[in-house]
Amino acid sequence: MKTRPPSNQRRPRKAGPGPEKHLLRLYVAGATARSQRAIIRARQLCESELKGNYELEVIDIYQRPNLAREGQILATPTLVRRFPEPVRRLIGNLADIDGFFTGLDLNTPTKSAQ
Amino acid sequence: MKKNPKPASNRAPLLPKCPTGIQGLDEITGGGLPRGRISLVCGGAGCGKTLLATEFLVRGAVRFHEPGVFLTFEETAPELAANVASLGFHLDDLVRHRKIVVDHVHLERSEIHETGDYDLEGLFVRLNHAIDSIGARRVVLDTLEALFASLPNEAVLRAELRRLFRWLKDKGVTAVITAERGREQLTRHGLEEYVSDCVILLDHRVNEQIATRHLRIVKYRGALHGTNEFPFLIGNEGLSVLPITSLGLNHKVSNQRIATGIPRLDAMLGGRGFFRGSSILLTGTPGTGKTIVAANFAHAATQRGERALYFSFEESPNQIIRNLHSIGLQLEPEVRRGLLRFHSARPSLYGLEMHLATMFKEIATFKPDVVIIDPITSLMDSGTASESKGMVTRLIDYLKAGQITSLFTSLTQGGHALQQSEAAMSSLMDSWLLLQDFEGNGERNRVLYVLKARGMAHSNQVREFLISDRGIDLVDAYVGASGVLTGSARAAQEDLERAAALAGQQEAARRKRELERKRLGLERQISGLRSDYEAESVELRRIDEQVGIQTQLLTTEREASGRRRQADISPTIHRRSQPSALGGKMKAHSPPQRPTHAKPSLHTVTPGRKV
Repeated sequence: MKTRPPSNQRRPRKAGPGPEKHLLRLYVAGATARSQRAIIRARQLCESELKGNYELEVIDIYQRPNLAREGQILATPTLVRRFPEPVRRLIGNLADIDGFFTGLDLNTPTKSAQ
Repeated sequence: MKKNPKPASNRAPLLPKCPTGIQGLDEITGGGLPRGRISLVCGGAGCGKTLLATEFLVRGAVRFHEPGVFLTFEETAPELAANVASLGFHLDDLVRHRKIVVDHVHLERSEIHETGDYDLEGLFVRLNHAIDSIGARRVVLDTLEALFASLPNEAVLRAELRRLFRWLKDKGVTAVITAERGREQLTRHGLEEYVSDCVILLDHRVNEQIATRHLRIVKYRGALHGTNEFPFLIGNEGLSVLPITSLGLNHKVSNQRIATGIPRLDAMLGGRGFFRGSSILLTGTPGTGKTIVAANFAHAATQRGERALYFSFEESPNQIIRNLHSIGLQLEPEVRRGLLRFHSARPSLYGLEMHLATMFKEIATFKPDVVIIDPITSLMDSGTASESKGMVTRLIDYLKAGQITSLFTSLTQGGHALQQSEAAMSSLMDSWLLLQDFEGNGERNRVLYVLKARGMAHSNQVREFLISDRGIDLVDAYVGASGVLTGSARAAQEDLERAAALAGQQEAARRKRELERKRLGLERQISGLRSDYEAESVELRRIDEQVGIQTQLLTTEREASGRRRQADISPTIHRRSQPSALGGKMKAHSPPQRPTHAKPSLHTVTPGRKV
């Protein structure tokens, strides 16, 4: 799955209650300000956009460096969507909301998130 | 940051080196890559960057007991293992034995979305974890530039790369990073800016349809290094860089001489053959017997119990063995004894460098005392003139360093220009033999000269070179007013000389006989004269006696008449008359002193006796 299909084809998979639970992992490196900010933003966005239909795991790669290799982590912070496919990697501290939405194929940001 | 600062506070005046174990590379870098620093290897696609890096790690792990981390951005671990398996590197085994960690950094541009501020701490953590897990001393990053294609923010990337290189240095590992060659700069993304210690440039270019790889050390801070472009190749045992001249002209020299297998040729070389470890060029037009001389040389070596390696670029080993069998030279037993080894390859099989590397490898494994290259010219055709000269130089250097005597045969087109065209190569050679054809009287004969033989007295004579089923022989060519005579002309001349000698002998005998006759005649004459002489001396004696008797009678008569006249006889006269009578008998006596009144007749007789 090398090329990203046009995002509008995937639109029906609109977040909401259903069997397709998002599996997300946030990799951070230590308890830096950037990490903290990324964790807060991730929780906030998930809560507002996915509304319980998600699992978010936060991993500190300093504590578990082998997971950095397994998860093919290069940049930190990285939010990896492992499900639904395709796998997506959102690098950065999630300050850019558009990146979050296009990256996770979500429709439009709700007002609360903004 | 989980740094592990291991300050490389080595204040030694010389930069410590980290041997790569790559054939030739350590030689031109004076010991390897800068230890604890970063080396950049750049080059176009298919230059062997990854291979160089891999070999650096594998050799480090196997030979120098320095574990290594391979961070690959392009190939996966199984791909990498498969790629280098053909070179005899067992990457999987090394990974299993925790000598090497291969970490494939998977980058998929389509998966990545930027959502804000980030750094590459993930890369650092992975690298650090990998290094610490096996205590790695060497790190390879292949190819970092893949990051440029995958990460959207170049400014962040550049800052992070700078940090990465700093971090690697602090970590104290020796790192090799690879990068694609850029159009106007060494690397496409200007990575050389960050690496200031060592930059190696690889290049792959095609010259007259023959591709050759070249390696150049663009920069090596704090160390002397060869600045030339060195050809290198990827053989079946990895990379080998071939320095043009390895270490300058400081070979050991031997005073030992070795026989050529042709006694007359040894005689031409001061009686003892060539110096051990010298290089010999044998030039000749087609069919002059170059291979035969070469094979004799090899055979002579095996007879001494030495090892000979025969590189043949035109004939197969079996063909050489068969052909030499016909002149009585048995090479097969020597091959079976393991003292003689043939290596045959078509010159066009691969490029010059590959040939050279194959030859080096053969020499290194067989460890010969004598190496024959037959002919060097066909090998030289597969490269440009300067390349081939460089190759011969390297080959000679290599052989001399190992005290290996080498014989190169060289095929020339005939005429005198051949000696000029060979001049370039011949200056590298210690001895030069020339085999030449002489055509005349409807036949073609071979002659051999010693053009030069450094450091030994040698004959300036031309020798005719005879090949028979008993082997080869050198005979004196006849040099006369009409030039050098060889073959049947020489034989005819020899016959002529023999006939002339015979005629001379006969003439001498005839003259001797004549003189003998003459001598006999003279001797006969002498004996005739002698008998005449004898007869005359008898006659003389007779006269003498007669005279004596007459004198006596006269005296007696005078006394008697005196008595008759009663004369008074002087006793002196009487006394003196006696010896004079005796004097006739005594012959040799000087004439006695006679009284003045002595008879004159006595005086006349005395000289007559002396005749």
